[in-house]
Amino acid sequence: MAATARLPFWIKSAEALVLALAMCFSMGASNSSSRFYSLNHKLMCTCGCAELLGECNHVGCTESTRENSELSAALAAGETDQQILAAFSAKYGATVLAAPPTHGFDLVAWIAPFAVFAAALLGTILLVRRWAGIACGKEQAAIPADLSTLAPDERERLERIRRETGANGGF
Amino acid sequence: MAAFGSFSLLIALALATYNLLAGALALRLVATGQPSRIAPERLADTARRAGIAGFLAVSGAAFALVWAAFTNDFSIAYITEHSNIALPGPYKFAALWSGQEGSLLLWAWLLAAYGFVLRLRHKTDVKLFAYAGTILASVQVFFLLLLNFAAPPFSLLKGAIPADGNGLNPLLQYPEMVIHPPMLYLGYVGFTVPFAFALGALIMRYPGEKWIKVTRTWTMVTWLFLTCGIFLGMHWAYAVLGWGGYWGWDPVENASFMPWLTGTAFLHSVMMQEKKGMMKSWNVWLIFSTFLLTLLGTTLTRGGLVSSVHAFAQSPIGNWFLIFMGIVLAVCIFVYILQRSHLQSERQLESLVSRESSFLFNNLVLLTACFVILWGTLFPIISEYVQGSKVTVGAPFYNRVAVPIGLFLLFLTGVGPLLPWRATSLRSIRRNFIPPVVALWITVFVCLAVGVRPWVNGSFDSGHFYALVAFALSAAVFTAVVSEFVRGALVIARQTGRNLFTATWLLTRRNTRRYGGYIVHIGVVIVVVGLAGSAFNISHEQELDLHSKLAIGPYVLECVGFTQDSNLNYDSEYAVLNVSEHGKPEFQITPERRVYLVSGQPQTMVSIHSNPGWDLYVVYEGANPDTGRPIIKAFLNPLVGWIWAGLFIMVIGTFVALAPALSPATAAVRMPVAAVASEAALKGGD
Repeated sequence: MAATARLPFWIKSAEALVLALAMCFSMGASNSSSRFYSLNHKLMCTCGCAELLGECNHVGCTESTRENSELSAALAAGETDQQILAAFSAKYGATVLAAPPTHGFDLVAWIAPFAVFAAALLGTILLVRRWAGIACGKEQAAIPADLSTLAPDERERLERIRRETGANGGF
Repeated sequence: MAAFGSFSLLIALALATYNLLAGALALRLVATGQPSRIAPERLADTARRAGIAGFLAVSGAAFALVWAAFTNDFSIAYITEHSNIALPGPYKFAALWSGQEGSLLLWAWLLAAYGFVLRLRHKTDVKLFAYAGTILASVQVFFLLLLNFAAPPFSLLKGAIPADGNGLNPLLQYPEMVIHPPMLYLGYVGFTVPFAFALGALIMRYPGEKWIKVTRTWTMVTWLFLTCGIFLGMHWAYAVLGWGGYWGWDPVENASFMPWLTGTAFLHSVMMQEKKGMMKSWNVWLIFSTFLLTLLGTTLTRGGLVSSVHAFAQSPIGNWFLIFMGIVLAVCIFVYILQRSHLQSERQLESLVSRESSFLFNNLVLLTACFVILWGTLFPIISEYVQGSKVTVGAPFYNRVAVPIGLFLLFLTGVGPLLPWRATSLRSIRRNFIPPVVALWITVFVCLAVGVRPWVNGSFDSGHFYALVAFALSAAVFTAVVSEFVRGALVIARQTGRNLFTATWLLTRRNTRRYGGYIVHIGVVIVVVGLAGSAFNISHEQELDLHSKLAIGPYVLECVGFTQDSNLNYDSEYAVLNVSEHGKPEFQITPERRVYLVSGQPQTMVSIHSNPGWDLYVVYEGANPDTGRPIIKAFLNPLVGWIWAGLFIMVIGTFVALAPALSPATAAVRMPVAAVASEAALKGGD
């Protein structure tokens, strides 16, 4: 009963979470400075320093200066993020993108981790359920030996409990 | 000295080979009971002594290389390439691991040192230690073969001996580089020991779980070294590379992180084997995988398969590692197939919601994280193979894929300790979970109220969103762990009449492993809070003239001077900046830029002012080639100090877990039945 009384608290908490998330996702468009920051952290500096464009700190690095200028110009020209990334990729090669593209074969890079995680999660749940079933089966297998010692009314009560709680029990 | 070093390595190879062959023969004779001219026990003991002598021989070689660095023996090519006369003493010592050949020598020396300790402690279990010692010898033979024939550190320079060397890479001339690589290598190499015990125990069909108890200390110490090594590397990157971050998902960083993940999974799941006799095959494969991953990381970076800022030049030793890995994997599979009947679980899981299944899910997430990192590291190679062109897999990929998995792991860190062994009831779950869930929601609302919101300038920001989730989960996990301490301490306080603080101390000492583990979890939470702070980093770059100012966050940096200095090793120029906070003068910082004389390479020396809230991180980038004016880049990095504080707590927790538990008093004391039950519950699990 105490648990039932507390239930509204959890429902309210869930509602609050949904509302908070909805607020987060429903906000408006970004401005150009945050787009510049976001985009130069999706591109690599091509000078060979293996740094993100936004984090290359080599004084006199002509590559990052040029790339940043091109990025600013593209933003000023009103290009979308996808257009800008595609233009950089066409000019400097796919390695200028800090992460694999989300099309073609490279999509595998993004899908595989989640697919493996989902498969492993599912496999683990099935495995645990199977193990739990085996353990439960072992316990049930042990019961008949004891049943003989039970009185008929006790045996009937046990059968009723089993029927009401389900054959496999549960947690 | 070169001759002495080379000769030492040859002797070490001969001794390791003898250790391997004689040890294997002795164990074979013992296993089959065949008669022989020499008693197998005596043969095994000679093998063990050869292993001990091998340590002395490899130590001799390592000493020879360090001595050559200190005496500026530029007849040795390695010393010419990695040292110079003006190099300060500690960095000459660091020259031992600053190049490929030297770092392999360090690897072999540490392996020999671990073997030395193992062989001295053989009386713990003579047969098991003999197996482990022989397997260690086989790994040692591989490294000594490399050192003698593929990457000899004592190769002599051809032609005229130069007056001075090329010097140490400027990036490595930083105090932490004197301890970071040895720590990391102690971790890498150390996992060979539990691997040797696991393989040995499987070959000999070791009865029971004692081998796990024997190796537990080894595994935990190794894990601690690897943890410290990784964090020291992060701190080095933060303080030296000057980009304001500490983790760049570089292949070498990934290579160190993968065995850490599988090692951590092993430390958790091994408890299932000890307590319940479960997951035996899983544990064996976890430790096999951890060892293989230490080799794989080395193969990837030293073989030139992936590009990395850390990677040594492409060299044929990558092939050696590939072949060795293949042999190790084949041996592991063969032994496992042969002996798998020995690894039958004694019990099964009884419920999806139990401590056992939480360990299983914890392992699942750790291994998925390991897969993600391995996948990201290898994908450029796979992509090139399939498409003919390389792609970059950098921080944005890992942030999007690995961070959610990490957050799920954090969630499990909090859930696991709250679940009892075997099975639990809904009521028990509700009772245990109320405090963490309340803490989680309070944190969410407080964060939103103080401005930690998942949107920036009106648009959703995944970094801020993950940070908010991380803060909330951290609060929940922290509350869960603390409530475990409080619950136990209250029982002890009731029983003994002591105050809560003393009761907590007593509780921890009674089950050091369990509560030490909880302290490590608190450390992890603190680290996560620090990592989440990176979502709120801000930076500002500006050319600064004398008395011009740069504002960032609450600070204003005023340039009061530029100056230069020089010593035998490098020329330096640095800016002198007065910093005021909220308009009040506070302190002075001097970011520096050095140019090393021998190599001509520049290097930034970042100036960092830390407080618990944030780091003011200032880089003197040098003069703008167009205007001639100095460029200062300032970062305000929130909560970075928490990362290092978290490491400190993790270290303390590991030491607590390593400490022997306090034995209960043997005097007879009358205790009520309920108290006895609660006492048993406190001591019961990990």
